[in-house]
Amino acid sequence: MKETVSITIDGVEIEVDRRLSLLQACELAGAEVPRFCFHDRLSIAGNCRMCLVEVAKAPKPVASCAQSLMDGMVVSTRSAVARKAQRSAMEFLLINHPLDCPICDQGGECDLQDQAMGYGAGISRYGEQKRSVAEKNFGPLIKTSMTRCIHCTRCIRFLDEVAGVPALGATGRGESMEITNYIEQGIASELSGNIIDLCPVGALTSGPYAFVARPWELVTTESVDVMDATGSNVRVDSRGREVLRVLPRLHEDINEEWISDKTRFAIDGLVRRRLDRPWMRGREGLGEVSWEQALGAASQRLENRDATRVAAIAGDLVDCETLFAMKRLMAAIGSPHMDCRQDGMAADPTVRASWLLNSTIAGIEDADACLLIGALPRREAAIVNARLRKRWLAGGFSVASVGPVDDHSYPVKELGNLTDALRRIEAGESPFPGAANPLVIAGKGALARDDGEAVLGAAARIADALGAVHGDWNGFGVLNVAASRVGGLDLGFVPAAGGFDTAGILAGAGSAVDTVILLGADEIDTSNLAGAFVIYIGHHGDRGAAVADVILPAAAWTEKDATYVNLEGRPQRAQRAVFPPGEAREDWRILRALSGHLGMPLPFDDLDSLRQEMTGEVPHLGAIDTITPAAWQSFGSTRDMSDEPFLPAIGNFYRTCTISRASPTMSLATNAFPSGVQQSASCS
Amino acid sequence: MLQDQDRIFTNLYGFESPSLDAAKKRGDWDNTAGLLARGASDIINEIKASELRGRGGAGFPTGLKWSFMPAERPVGQPAFLVVNADESEPGTCKDRDIIRHDPHKLIEGCLVAGFAMRATAAYIYIRGEFVNEARVLQAAIDEALEAGLIGRNACGSGYDFDIHLHRGAGAYICGEETALLESLEGKKGMPRLKPPFPAMAGLYGCPSTISNVETVAVAPTILRRGASWFAGLGEPKNTGTKIFCISGHVNEPCNVEEEMGIPLKELIERHAGGVRGGWDNLLAVIPGGSSVPLIPRSVCDNVAMNFDRLSEVQSGLGTAAVIVMDRSTDIVRAIWRLSKFYHHESCGQCTPCREGTGWMMRVLGRMIEGRAESAEIDMLQEVTTQIEGHTICALGDAAAWPIQGLIRHFRPELERRIEDCRRNARQAA
Amino acid sequence: MSLARGRPGASEHQPDTFTFSKTNLEEAERIMARYPQGRTASAVMPLLDLAQRQAGWVPVAAMDTVADMLAMPRIRVYEVATFYTMFNLEPVGRYLVQVCTTTPCMLRDSDAIVEACRSRLGIDFDETTPDGLFTLKEVECLGACVNAPMVQINDDYYEDLDAGSMVAVLDALARGDRPQSGPQAGRHASEPQSGPRTLTGGD
Repeated sequence: MKETVSITIDGVEIEVDRRLSLLQACELAGAEVPRFCFHDRLSIAGNCRMCLVEVAKAPKPVASCAQSLMDGMVVSTRSAVARKAQRSAMEFLLINHPLDCPICDQGGECDLQDQAMGYGAGISRYGEQKRSVAEKNFGPLIKTSMTRCIHCTRCIRFLDEVAGVPALGATGRGESMEITNYIEQGIASELSGNIIDLCPVGALTSGPYAFVARPWELVTTESVDVMDATGSNVRVDSRGREVLRVLPRLHEDINEEWISDKTRFAIDGLVRRRLDRPWMRGREGLGEVSWEQALGAASQRLENRDATRVAAIAGDLVDCETLFAMKRLMAAIGSPHMDCRQDGMAADPTVRASWLLNSTIAGIEDADACLLIGALPRREAAIVNARLRKRWLAGGFSVASVGPVDDHSYPVKELGNLTDALRRIEAGESPFPGAANPLVIAGKGALARDDGEAVLGAAARIADALGAVHGDWNGFGVLNVAASRVGGLDLGFVPAAGGFDTAGILAGAGSAVDTVILLGADEIDTSNLAGAFVIYIGHHGDRGAAVADVILPAAAWTEKDATYVNLEGRPQRAQRAVFPPGEAREDWRILRALSGHLGMPLPFDDLDSLRQEMTGEVPHLGAIDTITPAAWQSFGSTRDMSDEPFLPAIGNFYRTCTISRASPTMSLATNAFPSGVQQSASCS
Repeated sequence: MLQDQDRIFTNLYGFESPSLDAAKKRGDWDNTAGLLARGASDIINEIKASELRGRGGAGFPTGLKWSFMPAERPVGQPAFLVVNADESEPGTCKDRDIIRHDPHKLIEGCLVAGFAMRATAAYIYIRGEFVNEARVLQAAIDEALEAGLIGRNACGSGYDFDIHLHRGAGAYICGEETALLESLEGKKGMPRLKPPFPAMAGLYGCPSTISNVETVAVAPTILRRGASWFAGLGEPKNTGTKIFCISGHVNEPCNVEEEMGIPLKELIERHAGGVRGGWDNLLAVIPGGSSVPLIPRSVCDNVAMNFDRLSEVQSGLGTAAVIVMDRSTDIVRAIWRLSKFYHHESCGQCTPCREGTGWMMRVLGRMIEGRAESAEIDMLQEVTTQIEGHTICALGDAAAWPIQGLIRHFRPELERRIEDCRRNARQAA
Repeated sequence: MSLARGRPGASEHQPDTFTFSKTNLEEAERIMARYPQGRTASAVMPLLDLAQRQAGWVPVAAMDTVADMLAMPRIRVYEVATFYTMFNLEPVGRYLVQVCTTTPCMLRDSDAIVEACRSRLGIDFDETTPDGLFTLKEVECLGACVNAPMVQINDDYYEDLDAGSMVAVLDALARGDRPQSGPQAGRHASEPQSGPRTLTGGD
């Protein structure tokens, strides 16, 4: 059959892919077709009736969103018949919609408002009492104003289909049909906030953002998220010095148009517990000091030490430029002790394929099976999980897991959480014999433990055994959870010859190591650092700052132009949306200043020259938004794995970093959804 | 007038038992194996030749509909006959009588129709309120199964065919065939977008054909007596017999099986004891169930009761439920009450019906007392056209048409009420 | 004919749990067997009906039980329970009196039936008598139009009513009798009142 059809839309003949819907074809032809219920990434509902168009020979107007194409179709989107249908639907949608635009948070970015300009009558002929609908409790993240609901069911379909958490439905019927969870429980999906974006009216709006700002007051900055290692593309909306909201930005190969609730809602942590000026520990604890004093103290400490007793640990939110500058500084000081893996997650620093999700996120859609090893993607990389679910929904995809039992939002064959299961698979017991493009995804729960290298080795051998690496297909992947991690490993922010890794640094602190620079490293056992002099460079007063002797206040991700490499190895740029608070400075500038104090100035005075140096050393970091594939070599250890069970790496999805721990909204979410994520129904 | 010998439903009134033995005495299950032996396509051809049209309201040619089922299917893929026994159209109570008094006609019809369309099983979807009717039907199914007439090797034909009864739970919309399928699958009765049509992807995504009780139940008799007998009754394209339900302002409301095309006046006078107070006391008739526009007395005088003749007078045969209204009727309230019905029964899925049915009901509700502007009559008319043809299923049309009929034939009455109301208000002031 | 069915019934009525009786559990198994493998969601309406026959109404706990039995997301069962009007989302009296007032009944003076019920029972629509015996409800067409006006009381239809016979039926129920269902004015079924004019051959 011919792949394309020839159709005429508003007098223009075009040739289009026959698999498109008529609505999509109309768009290609440049015809504007109004719609509310239709959404590219959701199933077709056909319920709003806004997209009716006239098709020659059809007895009545057809819903273009649900209409398949036929060769020779003659369509009018603007004929009297089509216009009457569209205007009729608009009038019906408006009769029971409140006239409360002035107090509606959707105002200014409302599909109904916009389309009413084009298809509305301007005056209402409806003189009867308007419907009012009781508010619903959808939890602390989503505010409802259900009287405004136009029953498009996008929210229901999103939760059913994309999130896999069928929390919402339409109860009752007819005019009194209500979108609801029926029983008063919040929507505990890690992706729930997306229904705010999907809602074409102001029925579902952001709880924390309620009445905060109007869209036209905001300055929008395109950036990338750091709440996990996915690198979701976002827009950061700010006013003055404050980030007011984060919304998804389309990236087909990463987050499509979704973001996790942590990405969306943790931003109120950006203005709380901030380190906005330098601090120094004196007799009476930490006291405020000037930059000059703080840098002086830090450099004095570093100058007077044996360089090999100085160490640096980088945390999860650190950007590439900072890591690069820090690595250079450590080299200048002469210390080999540094690590970007504060959790000790195993990787072979010489084999890039050992720390990437080599399949890429979009590549998941080409897989036909997946083995999860100690990975709980729904908590660790919610957006990657959404892609796994999308793949499962498409059919012909089986997933097995060696690790803690979790609700993944799709069916998973649980193989237990003991390493023995891995041995059996390696020995030939494939959980999905015959799979052509299997994925083998190892998570933090498998790799961040004492036998992590052995598990990594086993995972790599399993990938080979299952045929997960062949030709252009590399199905082996590591599910990193830290935004800084892949960049850190790419930059070689790992122990140099003879250097300590994180565990070694912490074990030696106070003895072999006596000065530790924490680069936003807070998810470590800081009690080990009691005997060491700690210089904390970061933005939040969290665990690291609490044990610091000198605090050098830095910039959070929304406050700097910075490069991050996501878990698939894709370098991306975050952009500064607001300035760092108080006296806080961009991290690389702090390091540059410190190097100056030390009399060994780093060879860059601006970001461009830093980046030139950096990409000179690691060229692929300059290839923004491009994945440079990693060669497949053997890695990991052949030592035996322990018999300890795999444990979940993330207990509470909502609070995983200094920003999310400082976020009142994430606290509310934690209280509302103690289990982190709600049970899904993977059968739907 | 139809002779008793040409009536199919000889136990319509239930004076005899609905049991298998009694049904056999009435001629049911007589050499059914022989009927099946004629083969699927022969059966469908015979039904086509009879010009039987669906008795559920839409009047689609039955043989043609049954022929839409794919002749070849992938091995193991089921196909279903789904019988629409969700009789809920106001005015209509014919299927109830078939089910409670002549259930074996329906069961034998299921076997024959199912065989003809190569279905693997039948589901009969009966409205939930028909609790006792469902009990009778289930007993009859059990009897037939026990007697080997259905189930494995039905009637010794080598054909396996199970019949399951499924009760609804109170939703008019489930009479819409795709809503019925949704309901049968355990969901809300919300109509599906078409295509795909049920014959391609129906119940559980399998090829399915939905047919009304009466349509299915007449099939064995047509096969026994021949298409020419059936087609010889009525006029071309409007053939056979039909159960009429005559309710409202007649002296003796009743169900009766009559020849298709019987004049309305004859139907009412001969069978229902005439209009209360005489024919001249007639105001209007809704001739085909609540969804079709009413016809005024002047039209009633001569119209014949079949699909095409009623369509010519801007109404329809629908389910052949004749609702008679004499001159004492508050015609605005009578139609408003139908508006209220559609408002109550709108599933809420699509915008024009969900929002429009309430709008129409409220405007018409005010018009009962004349509390309206005369310009609102035109507005109401326009609102009906904004719903009509713009919805996923026909409920929107069904809600619009009765009002269109009212405005078409009783606009002066609406205007009079509005004027009276104004005058009273002025006088009160 | 309350339309506000989208929310759960009053919480003071809602039991914490619901369990099918042993007999009903067996019946549920039989019902589920009517539908093809993997299609047991089809049994949701029959199972809700079964729960209602056991409890008298459908509490949220029963919906949850049914959802779990059929491996359906609970919200899908809530949708079904609230969509179909036969599911009582609040407790009802021992006799649920459902008066049809749709046009064919209205034309045969269902107003008088409504009035007879109201005055005999002392309650309005959607109310229950203090003794818990009767709940009155207005319903849409029940499909017995040639026997209008009519009401449904629990499973049974009472047809060809007038105010007097309506009250007589209610009186009988109140006494604990089970009045004969069907037409109350002397005819057998849907034949004309004065006797059948067709099918009189008796063959």
